[in-house]
This record gives sequence, C-alpha cells and structure tokens, in this order.
Amino acid sequence: MKPTNVRSKSLLPVAKGGLLDRRSFMLSGLAFSSSLAVSHAVASDKISTSKIDQSLPTWMKTPGGSDTEYGLPSKYEQHIKRNVAEHTPETSIFSIWHTPIENQRGIITPNGLHFSVNHNGVPDIDPQKHKLMIHGLVDKPLTFDMESLLRYPMVSAINFLECAGNTAPNAVSLTPLDQTCQKLFGQVSGAEWSGIPLKYILQEAGLKPAAKWVIVEGADGGSHSRSIPVSKLLDDAIVALYQNGERLRPSQGYPMRLFVPGWEGNANVKWLHRLEVTDKPAFTKDESGLYSDILDDGKIQRFSFHMDVKSVITRPSGKQVLPEKKGFYEISGLAWSGFGKIKQVEVSADGGKTWAHAHLDQPVLSKSLTRFHIPWQWNGNSTMLLSRATDEFGRVQPTRAHWRDKYASYSFNHYNAIQAWNVSSDGVLENTYA
Amino acid sequence: MPSSLPYLRSVICLLNSVLLMIALAQTTVYADVVSYPTDLGEAVSLSEISPYEITIFPSGKNLPEGKGSVIQGKGLYQNRCMMCHGEEGDEGPAARLSGSDGWFSFSDPLRILRIDKYPVLLISVGSLWPYATSIFDYTRRAMPHYAPKSLNNDEVYALTAYILYLNGLLAKDAILDEQTILNISMPGKQRSVSAWPEIEF
Repeated sequence: MKPTNVRSKSLLPVAKGGLLDRRSFMLSGLAFSSSLAVSHAVASDKISTSKIDQSLPTWMKTPGGSDTEYGLPSKYEQHIKRNVAEHTPETSIFSIWHTPIENQRGIITPNGLHFSVNHNGVPDIDPQKHKLMIHGLVDKPLTFDMESLLRYPMVSAINFLECAGNTAPNAVSLTPLDQTCQKLFGQVSGAEWSGIPLKYILQEAGLKPAAKWVIVEGADGGSHSRSIPVSKLLDDAIVALYQNGERLRPSQGYPMRLFVPGWEGNANVKWLHRLEVTDKPAFTKDESGLYSDILDDGKIQRFSFHMDVKSVITRPSGKQVLPEKKGFYEISGLAWSGFGKIKQVEVSADGGKTWAHAHLDQPVLSKSLTRFHIPWQWNGNSTMLLSRATDEFGRVQPTRAHWRDKYASYSFNHYNAIQAWNVSSDGVLENTYA
Repeated sequence: MPSSLPYLRSVICLLNSVLLMIALAQTTVYADVVSYPTDLGEAVSLSEISPYEITIFPSGKNLPEGKGSVIQGKGLYQNRCMMCHGEEGDEGPAARLSGSDGWFSFSDPLRILRIDKYPVLLISVGSLWPYATSIFDYTRRAMPHYAPKSLNNDEVYALTAYILYLNGLLAKDAILDEQTILNISMPGKQRSVSAWPEIEF
C-alpha cells in the first residue's frame, strides 16, 4: 500500500482526522498525470545501429509462454488465498473457509476465493445422476434432471452471501483479537448468481392452499436442510446453476444450490436435491441450535433469516501496516444489507467524533456488496478508523455496545456492529472495539 | 418538397413514440416472469418419493417404527460418538450435546477452557433444541459424521435416548420409540421466540 503523492494544498478536509473531500483526490490525480505525460518526451538518437534499450526487463525481450485452457491467477498472487478457520480443521465435521476480503477490489469475489462453510465436507456429485425433487403439499410431485433445468428461463443478480457467524469473534470475545480482516470478516462474498426462479418450479408443481414452508435439502453426506418460508421462495429465490458466468464450483453446491438473496448463508442450501412443501418448519439441526440467537433475557431467537446492514473498511485493515508515516491514503471498504440497497456509508478517522460521507462506487445494488472509499491524509498520530452503513430503509449499523445489549454475552450470530480499526503511530492497523 | 418536411418529421416523431411505447410494453411483459408456461418436470409417484422422505417433523410425521434403550445408546455412543463429543457429551471438537449453553457451568468447571479451544461448545443440544424429533432426524441423516446414514432406526432411537439421558430428560432404564419420543419436553422450547412472524411456540 503506497501513499499517493498528491499536493496537499488542493485537498479539502470534510471531517477531522484527515478525511478529505472525495472529489479532491480525483482532481489532483488529473493534474499529476498530465505532468507525467510531459516528462515522457525524450530526445531521439540518430545512429541507426542502436537498439531499443537492452536494460528492459526479460519479459519485454522474449516471446511469451502459452496460455492455458482454464486460467489461474499470476504466480505472484498465489499468496492471496482462502484461509481455513483453525478451530474448525478441514475434516468432514465442519469447516469454514474465509475469503481474503482485504485483497478484493470491486464487489465481485472470484469464484475460487468465495467463502465457504461446509457441515459435512464437499460432495462429489455426478450431474447426470442428480435430480431435483419437489413433493409434499403440491398438486403434482415432480422431478427435474439437469438437462430439463438448463432449458428453463433464467435470471441473474449480483448479490452478497454472508454466513450468520461472520465476525463472530468480535461478537463474543471480551477483548478485541488482533486478527486480519480475512479472519474477522472473511465469511462474506459477492457474486453474480444465475438460475431458475423458484416460483417456476413451485407453480409448475402447484402449491396447495396450506403450503407455507418448504424443507430444502442438499444431497451432501449430512443432507443439510433448512425450512424456508414459501413467501421468500416466490419472491426472489432461485435455483442457482451459475456463479460469475460459470457453473457452480463444488464447494458452492455443484450442480445446484438454493440462493435466497439477503438471507444467512446457511439457508442457501448447497447441492440442492429436494423440496418438501409443508405447512410448518421442520426444526432442522441448524434451526434448533447453531444458527439461533440467544437474546439478553435468555430467550432463543429462531428463524432470523436476514443479514442486517453492515460494513467494514477492508483497506487499511487488521494487521496491515501503512508504509509511510503520515501521507495520503485511500480508505476503502464494503457495505451490504440483506434488506435492500446501501444508501450511505459514513467514515470516521478520529474514533467516531466526526464523520464524512464516503463515495459509493456504481453499481449500488439491492442485497449486494457495495464498494465505498474516501481519501485520507494521515497526520502520523495514532487514531481509529470506523465505517457506518445505512440502507435504503434507514437501518443503521449499531455500535458494538448497542448490539451487545440485545444478545446474551455468548451469542455470536448476525453480528453487524460498527467496526473499528486502531491505527498506531507506527502505522500498524489493529482490530479494536469503539 | 420543403413544405412536407415538418409533416414527415411529425410522422417520424410519432413513429418513434409508438416504437418506444412498444418497447416499454415489452419490458413490462418481460418483467412478469411468472407467465412462463414451464412444464418440463417429470411426474413422480409417492412410492418413488418415499425413500427420500427422511425429514422428521416435531409432530412425529415421518418417524419410523422402532425402539432403543438408554443402555444400548450408551454402548453405541462410546463406540461411534465419544471421540468427537467427549464422554459426557460436553467436549469438542464437535458440538456440545449435553448441559447448559453459555460460558460457565458449576457442573462443568473446565467449560471455559473447552470453549477457548472449540467455540461451538458455547451452545448445547440439550438446552437449545426445542424438539427431541430433531435429535432423531439429525442423528439418522448425518451422524456419525464419518459414516452418515449408517445407523439403523433402532440405533438412532437408542442414541437419541442416550443424549436425552445425558440431559436428565430420560431415566437410565428408559426405552424410546416413535410414541414416547413425542412425550419428551425439551427445555429449549420454552425459551424459544421467532424472528419470523408465522411461528408460535
């Protein structure tokens, strides 16, 4: 992360702690690049045997190598990878793979880096032998093979997906753990999901009047299952077959998964094979314990499907080091809401005393990651960076103290409090509680 | 002819408006995705579905006939489950089966150390799960994790009985079957509220 060389006289402060008018960054950048263009004019040499400067790097003087059938990231980017949570070793019991969210730009997570949580490993499903079945409170029980499903009209939407347990360490740890953004926030990702609206399947089977819920089941070893209200399935749910333009990866549910935009990851049942239409929920394993919220009065809150409005500054973030004391940096991050669009993101560079509006990159989409950024002139003193998102329905991120007031001290799901990163005078970023 | 130009312009303008209206009307029709007459699903008989109907509902729907005792369950548990859940169902790495939820317990002074190692031990089947039928359901479909669906129905009743015994919800000499499992009153049910409006406890 290198500071950009920008003359400070053109930058206008918009809040204390060095936050600047987001437009001033762009204007200064223009001035800088035009001066670069001038300095490139070099006098030519007239001796005809001269060559292009041979001190050029090797890759400019040799033919390139072959491309590959399925492209991979540069070998210089191989350190950018998912990270499996230590307390859930990659056994078939339960594994959590965090996306390196601080290395992502834009709102799309590459398929190989999309976070993944598996409750009984990743099954190897032969699509030729896999069918989707619908039965229960329907007029006509039906099965669909892959060939038929691929003939259905499909829709696409860019949506975030977040595990209910994302950022759980900050929900329950008494003291803030010094961890990276990947470890604390790496269970959220963004992708374009394409597939068949569930309503086509439900309408074709014909819902009986008593139909209120659908028990959605996967074809993995543990037959993961969740009870989903029919109203959501008739609204914006899809049988997802494609992610970012290619068929789903095995760890995302190949050959098909349920996708319920804005709802907790666990409800987006992977390896989908069965829809049982009922009048009541089944109280499956994850509805009974792991994905419930324990409230402050000891009550157990179930079926809290929505992922609430949330944001995090991904750069700079936990354990990163600002390379130069003082100087110009861009603060950038992601915001999302399971209810709709992000309306605004405010950033503070003085521990929450003053706030400024960050710029939101287009597109700003419903139930999608939204990229925000704001220029920042760091004065070299220790401080705290915070972000606070508001969605189109006026839902605002709570402070950690307000969030904690609602839940028992050990309740770890659906944590969406304002995140704070401490900046030391040495430029070291550390997770903290505001 | 110069005099006809304004007229021609009006016609073109009108034509453009009509085209735009048609385009908008088509957009509206396209947005109404419900209207697709899809019919590619293949009819399937109830007997073909029956082997897949493994979801056990709190009402007892889909519960198979069978029975198992706490004593039998203890033997099965020690052979197939203890390595992940601990002797008393309160150790990791897998989720806690017995006791209360939360950080501390008088009956389990080491709990905080266990949680430090395996955070999922903050929660407990015995204290949070509202229905015993869910224990039967999950054990039968997913346990033991290294051999899911390997247990027969009597073995699942026995293991469910043993988990209930570990939580003080069944006597040591009890036998559980498709009728008696419905009599179990789980403490998690009384504590339940729903964020989704359609459910009452």
